Amino acid sequence: MYKAKVLIKRRPSILDPQGKAVEKGAQHLGLKNISHTRIDKYIEFLVDVDDQKAAEEEVNLYCTKLLANPIMEDYEFELEPVLSSASKLEKV
Amino acid sequence: MKVKFGVVVFPGSNCDHDAYYSLKKVLGYDVNFLWHKDTDLQYSDIIILPGGFSYGDYLRTGAIARFSPIMNSVVSFAESGGFVLGICNGFQILLEAGLLPGVMIKNKSLQFVCKDVYLTVENNNTVFTKEINLNEKVKIPVAHGDGNYFADEKTLTELVENKQIVFRYSSKSGKIDETYNPNGSVMNIAGIINKRGNVLGMMPHPERACNTVLNKTDGALILNSLAHSILN
Repeated sequence: MYKAKVLIKRRPSILDPQGKAVEKGAQHLGLKNISHTRIDKYIEFLVDVDDQKAAEEEVNLYCTKLLANPIMEDYEFELEPVLSSASKLEKV
Repeated sequence: MKVKFGVVVFPGSNCDHDAYYSLKKVLGYDVNFLWHKDTDLQYSDIIILPGGFSYGDYLRTGAIARFSPIMNSVVSFAESGGFVLGICNGFQILLEAGLLPGVMIKNKSLQFVCKDVYLTVENNNTVFTKEINLNEKVKIPVAHGDGNYFADEKTLTELVENKQIVFRYSSKSGKIDETYNPNGSVMNIAGIINKRGNVLGMMPHPERACNTVLNKTDGALILNSLAHSILN
């Protein structure tokens, strides 16, 4: 089993009004060196397969078809092996 | 023959009843609700994807609704030439489903906008607008937080060349600039049609502008154009 950690970022050309609004808050806080605030998405989930390549394929499909909109967003991800609950039980 | 509309109901749709009421009680057409888990379009002549907040707008507006079982049938229906009108959240779903090009992002102002706006009709050679004069101004309300339409240069050029931009936000006299744009959409776009001309998405709500009691009836021009296109 793998834990997937996906980061989805809007392309720099896409306006991020949320980032802009938050940055106004930074100004009110008196932080003068903050700029280019962008608010993106971080998503975690488990993929219940043993083969890393198969896991990558499934994550790519999840990202391109649902999690990210390829017209305006790019994504990157990491896979971290984890013991599945089934294998944990076996060990007990 | 009586024209039959099908209004899709997603979890979180909240303009489905507005559409039903206007089409059935005000304009006198047959209407059926189509549940998102079903696949049967119940012999509808025209499909309406209504406004609302399907699936809580989670992830991106319209992103999850496009995977509802009914959407497979709607996509096949559209591909075979059936008329589909996406209003507000329905427009967002059409974009996510790839039936129309581009994406929708948060309003530039970050505010939810709910008010009447004027639209200039830039293409009246469509089944949705054939009963409106070219460059006529229609008054229809908007109500959305994510109506900021965006597409890349190439897509925009294609939209212009193929006359796919049907509605643009304007003043009452037809002046088109930022002042009259409620959400920051590129080129003041309020509604676009696909190349084939059978799928239209628009942010404003024609179903909320059909009743003389509300002192707004321009939306009926769009719904009637569509219905009469089935009959002719």
